[in-house]
Amino acid sequence: MATPVKVYGPPMSTAVSRVLACLLEKDVNFQLIPVDMSKGEHKKPDYLKIQPFGQVPSFQDESISLFESRAICRYVSEKYANQGNKRLYSTNPLEKASIEQWVEAEGQSFNPPSSALVFQLAFAPRMKLKQDMGVIKQSEEKLNKVLDVYEQRLGESRFLAGDEFTLADLSHLPNTQYLVSVTDKGEMFTKRKNVGRWWSEISGRDSWKKVVDLQKPQPPKSA
Amino acid sequence: MVVKLYGPDFASAKRVLVCLIEKEVIFETVPIDIFKGQNKDPDFLNLQPFGVVPVIQDGDYTLFESRAIIRYYAEKYKSQGTDLLGKSIEERGAVEQWLEVEAQNYHPAIYTLVIEILLARKKGTPSDAKAIEESEKKLGKVLDIYEERLSKSKYLAGDFFSLADLSHLPFTKYLADMGKMYLIEERKHVKAWWDVISNRPSWKKVSSSRWPLVE
Repeated sequence: MATPVKVYGPPMSTAVSRVLACLLEKDVNFQLIPVDMSKGEHKKPDYLKIQPFGQVPSFQDESISLFESRAICRYVSEKYANQGNKRLYSTNPLEKASIEQWVEAEGQSFNPPSSALVFQLAFAPRMKLKQDMGVIKQSEEKLNKVLDVYEQRLGESRFLAGDEFTLADLSHLPNTQYLVSVTDKGEMFTKRKNVGRWWSEISGRDSWKKVVDLQKPQPPKSA
Repeated sequence: MVVKLYGPDFASAKRVLVCLIEKEVIFETVPIDIFKGQNKDPDFLNLQPFGVVPVIQDGDYTLFESRAIIRYYAEKYKSQGTDLLGKSIEERGAVEQWLEVEAQNYHPAIYTLVIEILLARKKGTPSDAKAIEESEKKLGKVLDIYEERLSKSKYLAGDFFSLADLSHLPFTKYLADMGKMYLIEERKHVKAWWDVISNRPSWKKVSSSRWPLVE
């Protein structure tokens, strides 16, 4: 059996969970190595050696160390092209370009407002930080505009890049999961007919259900 | 079929232009005046539903997001022009990593500076001094990491010029327009890297060009 790849970071991190979803879709065995961010482990010299920006996740397999979740997903999908979900990151150039377009749309248009909302509404309270109402309002406005575009797109196409679930849809899972399950902004997704249908479908995948499980507080391992 | 590039003759459109020139792809440019709001016209929204620039049309095929467009052409024309993706899956991984660093860590900080300084100046609107200060700080921290990286590696992804370096060209140029080039010049290895990449013929052709540009 191939040596499991290593993923560093807490599964509750949206970026870490993006990578875990991809590894599960591709049937790649992995070892999840905890990084205790509440203790600042991600800013300590040992961790900065593998991720100089002090961010999670970081990834290692037998040939490479990598960071940036979307880069890791692309690498994993390419390296393990012949196993697991082979349609996740198509090798057909036009299909692949369409996937890239929507992964970039996620990274540039969807992620900034949605991750700001996730931080403000899901994480800030846990970390006992004051919420910024201005940021929340602005982010919600921006995200609504983005979701209007998605509503139109998902009325023409079952998934973002075409008829099949791809990296483009996967990339949206982490932030949306938080917004729908632990904030009052889930309606932004569920009240839009096509976005709601799409969310139901992509979040119902086995791979994502496993990730959500991993995000739950794990029972302590017996001695 | 000639690739059509829609956009203004600045910013992210230039990311695509440089790539097309490096890959020796024939193209023509179609000006979109964002100050006149042409990017919000229904015809344009049919091409790019988010109403942002650039977009390309290649025959019947439309593609938006500059970093998606450059990946597409770098791959499609892998065997001609400059190889911008590396020679192995691992080298490609490194390219993707640093291209994502540019997109997620470098771009947001420098983009805020451009909006708050250059765009505010152009529109005559007030700028957010706090946002400028914070973004400059952030950018400095990112460039410190680049300094370390580039002390060990000629280019970001390795010893070859790639999409990762290319992606930095259009917005880094604005640092000069904002009088903030010291951010680059005070860092020895970042400066050396910038000198090399900004002297590439493709960038020299594009950096001062005005539309229409036909290759």
